[in-house]
Amino acid sequence: MWMLQVENVYKSFGDFKAVNGANLSVNKADLVAVIGPNGAGKTTLFNLITGQLKPDRGSVIFNDENITALPAYQICRKGIGRSFQIANIFPRLTVFRNVQVSVLSQQRKSWKLFYPADKLAGEETESILKNVGLSDKARHIAGSLAYGDQRALEIAIALGNEPELLILDEPTAGMSAEETAATMALIKRLAHSRGLTILFCEHDMEVVFNVAQSIMVLHQGLTIMQGKPDDVRNSNQVQECYLGGAEPC
Amino acid sequence: MKSRFKSFAPYGVIWVVLLFLPPVIPRFYTYILTAIFVTALLAMSLNMVVGHGGMFQFHHAAFYGVGAYTFSLILTKTSLPFWVGFAAGPVVAAIVGLLIGWFCVRLTRLYFGMLQISLGSLIWAIAFRWYSLTGGDDGIHGVPVPDVISSSISAYYFILILLTICLMIMYAVLRSPFGMTLQAIRDNPERCEAVGINVRRHQLLGIVIATFFAGVAGVLFVVLEQSVFPDLLFWVLSLEIFIMCLLGGWFTFAGPIMGAAIMVSLRTFVGIYTEYWTLILGIILILLIFFLPEGVWGYVLEKFGSRPYGRVERKDVDASGGERI
Repeated sequence: MWMLQVENVYKSFGDFKAVNGANLSVNKADLVAVIGPNGAGKTTLFNLITGQLKPDRGSVIFNDENITALPAYQICRKGIGRSFQIANIFPRLTVFRNVQVSVLSQQRKSWKLFYPADKLAGEETESILKNVGLSDKARHIAGSLAYGDQRALEIAIALGNEPELLILDEPTAGMSAEETAATMALIKRLAHSRGLTILFCEHDMEVVFNVAQSIMVLHQGLTIMQGKPDDVRNSNQVQECYLGGAEPC
Repeated sequence: MKSRFKSFAPYGVIWVVLLFLPPVIPRFYTYILTAIFVTALLAMSLNMVVGHGGMFQFHHAAFYGVGAYTFSLILTKTSLPFWVGFAAGPVVAAIVGLLIGWFCVRLTRLYFGMLQISLGSLIWAIAFRWYSLTGGDDGIHGVPVPDVISSSISAYYFILILLTICLMIMYAVLRSPFGMTLQAIRDNPERCEAVGINVRRHQLLGIVIATFFAGVAGVLFVVLEQSVFPDLLFWVLSLEIFIMCLLGGWFTFAGPIMGAAIMVSLRTFVGIYTEYWTLILGIILILLIFFLPEGVWGYVLEKFGSRPYGRVERKDVDASGGERI
């Protein structure tokens, strides 16, 4: 049974067709990658899944439920967490608070008015920070962190929601080779230790083929194919349009 | 626990000093201090949505005026007891806040602000034009405030105590999960949506709480002045309290109190010598924006630092601020 199914999704901005017939299936506990050249519509597709954008056509099914028309915060509550391509954190709050906001939301305690936040969600928050290696920076102001740490914090915030499906939009964008390796190791470890299903997009092909169990290829908003890494690598069509074939399709 | 006591101790000392001031200072100064208390509460309530909530609440004075008018009208036009008017002022202000806020939170930043100004000005127009009810531009004078709190010294204590209670509640709210979430929304609403927070509803509750306290300030203004007039909900006052928050420091808890103190003092003491006191204010503002972007209180905390509240340690806070008292 599929955990997430994206069926024939379309999204245009004026005349520009950002997503033009995307299909995607994600199996439980899999690590699935979306690849495609710049401007292929990867981020738009993720925004359509998580409710930041509404599709013009098509549907998004999560755990047998149609979540296409739901607002972003409700989709999150169904169990889909996400990170963003640019570090999307709460810059004026401390690292600890950044994650705590998300944990409190998960525990449905964001509405508590007269109870000190200090006394809530502490353990959960600390365990997540430990998981992503930010424990020693818990008291720093998030906006003052180094870029790599901000990306890790970004993932930590998403984990605060205890998602079943974690969507990571280019988790290693702008990172050095070592940082990329460390982040991918973190992602693998999380998938393993927390039993997470992870959907991510990435432009570093080496990373993708090493890690992913299933790869979906997006080109000009259209799904060309989805399959195992070897099948994708050997597909002529994919070779032609993306993996260094002579002519773009 | 000890460090928390340490960070609150200076405020405790100031409070005790304030408690003993009225018998020893001239009556005029007692009055000015009381005016600062009222204005400080108003500025604090605005900062809740602007500084901590990141919303463009451009016409906050409207709710101050609604609180003041509701209180005055109940006391002058009905035979209901004092406390009914006292409770109704803030409640009606919060209801109006809910109505206006309901529309505003559906818009993004600047449009939020523009709609606020329009709807707030509408309320001003009603107060200004409806002579038979509000007395038009004359306002309502001689509001029969009970004798126990009508003398300048008793009003001073009454308002000081209420201000203290309100500040304690506001502080508790800001430290609660709700307050923390509100600050997270200020920093990044999109991210908040993505972690399952209903941003609009949080913002709306923030507005309702802030307008409630603006209503309390409005009632206290009438207790002090025993009169009310349309200037109380004119947009110029909204701008003034906005400036108070900026002066004191957006991202601090107590900053707006300092902003209110500076503003009221300037108007009172410089205003004696020149009607162009706003010129001096303008110069101060320019200097402030260039040299103390975190506000006067933000700067004081930066330099002589009490620690930021919560689990944050002072040494880890960079110039971009943090959670501060």
